[in-house]
Amino acid sequence: MFSIDLLANAVVAGVLLGGFYAAVALGLTIAFGQLDVVNIAHPIFIIFGSFCTYVAHERLGLDPVVTGVLLMPFFFVIGVALYSVYYSSFERRGDDALRGLAFFFGILFIVEVLLIMTFGVDYRLVETAYIGESIHLGGVGIPFRLLVPFLVAAVMTAGLYFYLSRTFIGRAILAVSQDRLALQLMGADPVRIKRIAFGLALATTAVAGALLIMIQPVEPSVGRLYIGRAFAIVVLGGMTSISGTFVAALLLGVVESLVATFIGPSWAPAVAFGFLLITLAVRPAGLFGR
Amino acid sequence: MRGIWFWIALVAIFVAGNVLTLTIENTFLFYAGYTVLQFVVLATAWNILGGFTGYVNFGSAAFFAVGAYTSIALQKWLGLPLPLLIVAGGVVAGLIGLGVGFLTLRLRGVFFAIATLALAVVLETVVTNWEYVGGAKGTYVIPPDGMLYFDEFIEGLFAVMLLLALFAVGVAKAINDSRFGRGLAAIRDDEVAAEATGVPTLRLKLISTTVSGALMGIAGAPYPLYVTYVDPVSAFNLTYAVNAIAMPLIGGTTVWFGPVIGALLLGVMQQWLTVVQLFEGAGQELNLLVVGVMLVGFVILAPQGIVGLIRRLFGRRKA
Amino acid sequence: MLKKFTRRSLLAVAAGATALTLALTPVQPAQAADPIRIGFSMALTGGLAAAGKAALIAMQIWAEDTNAAGGLLGRKVELVFYDDQTNPSTVPGIYTKLINLDKVDLVVSGYATNMIVPAMPVVMSKKMVFMALFGLAANEKFQYDRYFQIMPAGPEPKTDWSGHYFDLAMEQSPKPTTVALVGADAEFARNALDGARTNAEKKGLKIVYDKTYPPGTADYTPIVRAIQATNPDVIFVASYPPDSAGMVRAANEVGLKAKMFGGGMVGLQFASLMTKLGPMLNGIVNYDFWVPSPTLKFEGVDAFLKKYQEKAPAAGVDPLGYYLPPYAYAYLQVLGSAVTAVGSLDQGKIADYIRDNEHDTVVGKVRFGKNGEWATPRVLMVQFQGVEGNEVEQFTKEGTRAVLYPKQWKHGDLQYPYK
Repeated sequence: MFSIDLLANAVVAGVLLGGFYAAVALGLTIAFGQLDVVNIAHPIFIIFGSFCTYVAHERLGLDPVVTGVLLMPFFFVIGVALYSVYYSSFERRGDDALRGLAFFFGILFIVEVLLIMTFGVDYRLVETAYIGESIHLGGVGIPFRLLVPFLVAAVMTAGLYFYLSRTFIGRAILAVSQDRLALQLMGADPVRIKRIAFGLALATTAVAGALLIMIQPVEPSVGRLYIGRAFAIVVLGGMTSISGTFVAALLLGVVESLVATFIGPSWAPAVAFGFLLITLAVRPAGLFGR
Repeated sequence: MRGIWFWIALVAIFVAGNVLTLTIENTFLFYAGYTVLQFVVLATAWNILGGFTGYVNFGSAAFFAVGAYTSIALQKWLGLPLPLLIVAGGVVAGLIGLGVGFLTLRLRGVFFAIATLALAVVLETVVTNWEYVGGAKGTYVIPPDGMLYFDEFIEGLFAVMLLLALFAVGVAKAINDSRFGRGLAAIRDDEVAAEATGVPTLRLKLISTTVSGALMGIAGAPYPLYVTYVDPVSAFNLTYAVNAIAMPLIGGTTVWFGPVIGALLLGVMQQWLTVVQLFEGAGQELNLLVVGVMLVGFVILAPQGIVGLIRRLFGRRKA
Repeated sequence: MLKKFTRRSLLAVAAGATALTLALTPVQPAQAADPIRIGFSMALTGGLAAAGKAALIAMQIWAEDTNAAGGLLGRKVELVFYDDQTNPSTVPGIYTKLINLDKVDLVVSGYATNMIVPAMPVVMSKKMVFMALFGLAANEKFQYDRYFQIMPAGPEPKTDWSGHYFDLAMEQSPKPTTVALVGADAEFARNALDGARTNAEKKGLKIVYDKTYPPGTADYTPIVRAIQATNPDVIFVASYPPDSAGMVRAANEVGLKAKMFGGGMVGLQFASLMTKLGPMLNGIVNYDFWVPSPTLKFEGVDAFLKKYQEKAPAAGVDPLGYYLPPYAYAYLQVLGSAVTAVGSLDQGKIADYIRDNEHDTVVGKVRFGKNGEWATPRVLMVQFQGVEGNEVEQFTKEGTRAVLYPKQWKHGDLQYPYK
């Protein structure tokens, strides 16, 4: 069954899918990797983004990508508010991350139920002109349904990368995860910085949600499927690194795609997470950790 | 001397539970009670590692499912009776716990938690593809009509789970009060310091993960008989992992009775909400909402759990 | 200090017990004028909620219709139900509560096999009639003679499910010789695949691809390419809604070529998916249980669907409701007519009546056979034809999903090959 053609297609499909995975995981890299906030509710906000995208597409005919970007400020505000609650309830008291984890589990349930009550439980998906079409380069087919999310994710990754490394606030966010004291000496309020960073993390879920509903049908409980995947990517990527997250996501996408093509899709999650387990056991700082 | 009363109380509760099965007609109580007690075991087991030792296990559902599937496999293969299935479920899950224990050599904090999550996915995939125990199709386990001196099977199953819950609580209490328990607490508070002062951290951690895993497996072993039909999706359900963490947190993680209180409170609440229409005319999804709100409310308002809350009130009154 | 805590913890236990007793307050003994109570669990949250909520609406319409016509045995009917949260471990408790505490007079099942089976031991121990909604061979292990299942999958559900698909394929020319089997790693899909494998072997088809994928898969193009690489004539897919959509899109993107494609794809019956997938559906041959077709105009079905479609938008469920809701209405119809015919709530007599008679329902005449399944399968094979754009209207028209098999219900012709 092996052929170069299949291999090339599998790799391309994996890379494209991996791009989408990166969009899912980027926000978690900031929240979990850089801020140490175990936001297990991250995927449910992606679903929320998906439903907003759906409504905007149905009512206003807006393109998913446009909606995703337009939603970002709104999600940013949610993130800031959520972090404020989290900070005053847990972090300020110096409580361990465990309580925060339970807190976000609760948030996960609450948001999921609110989504069910607002949007119902039927599967939703959007259909745009480019979904279902693909371009062919040699023997390799590239469906727009995956290409568009990949490109959007790549742009978002690049944007975050430059924002974090080139702007003052961005650098402050990176600093807060490394050296709080130095940051205070620089004259920045760590809590304010963290609030902005968490807002940013949630803003990425708006885009990820828009991409998700292009790729697959969405209903409120789909989010749970992405919990493991998102955390796995962040860890593989070395926790704090934006570029590491992107590469790890691509890698996961390619591994899943290759296993699905040549071994049998049934084993894809075991291979992907077995890979994570081995990485953790051999190189706990992740593939791209320092 | 106070210790002896604890063990007498355990025996008394078990006897009382058995008397209840003979006197109470209403079998719903035993179905609901079984589930609540199952969570007492899970929460107590989780807490031995999570609360006492400070290593968060995200994959409780996997240990529970390993217990359940061990019992399915052995019942099918050798036709073993329930007590042996429970022991076997505990042994296999305990061995996996031991394996996880070696992970703690290198992984701490969230990394360990993520590793247990990954382990759960790997185990679920293996079971999904294991045709002998039904694979993704699931498998049927048809319970007998009665058990021992009980009229109805569920009464017997309830008594079994009660015994397991008391056993788990007994183990937790014994660890809590022992030198071993103090060693675990030292690891939780500062692992490097504990190592430096001569605490055999690796050995303690290995025992802790093994005992915790084994107790979770024990909780899962009778599950197939309870639910009749088991498939990987329901056996590895996220609910088990979430409850195993949430219950000790709500109750309090530093002492053995914290998870018991949490499991009783949240477990009874969940059973009650399942069969009650809270708000006339409104959808029942509100029930799930209540659980979520409770979880958030408790961790914010009672940071040390109910035990901590009581301690605070008690302390204030004294002062 | 420890003593104090133990006392407190006892208090907590007591509080919990009080809460439980609240739920356990027994219902007053039934009197003649009291309503007949029908109890069940239903998935109103979790993965099966979309179907569960739609079924519930249908069941409530049945209760309204029945009460408007004077109820059963001169008593009103009342539905007593709880959310099983798509979690099988809640089910045994719910049914004991229904039977022991709510003292319901009749029980029916929730939606789908996983939620039906955990209720079986409880219902069987009370020797009650158990009408089931879309269980796939759920009674095979129990062989309970008071179990009746409304999904028309036939007496051998696992093989009958795909039987018509392969029958149809083998009637075409050129005759197919190879088949690819693919499906999700979950209960229904794996059973359907087992049946399809048996059928394919029986027909002498060579199986060139036979694999499953995990339900959480996000992208299906690698799978479709791997299938295409084996170049099968017929492709049988057993999938759930999200993967059905994924497979259809991937097939279009990859340009999948085969003589027949489809079979057991759950979800392609729902308006939400059909409207979004639109023209991509053309040519797919898939199972269905009811579609608008002159051959399937059973008495009462249009009136029922009209009522359902008025209520559906508010609940956010499938706006058309062709697939599950008529059957959710019908399984109560069977039970109701049996109670009326027997003239009492005697479970044994009701069961005998259901077993020995043919029943007129909104899904046609139903006769139960082996294991309480339909005596003859009515798994319809329909083909999407002439779908244009994304309007929902076209799916309410006859012929958009042409009924091809079994011949008794046929209305339309197969476009062959697929692509």
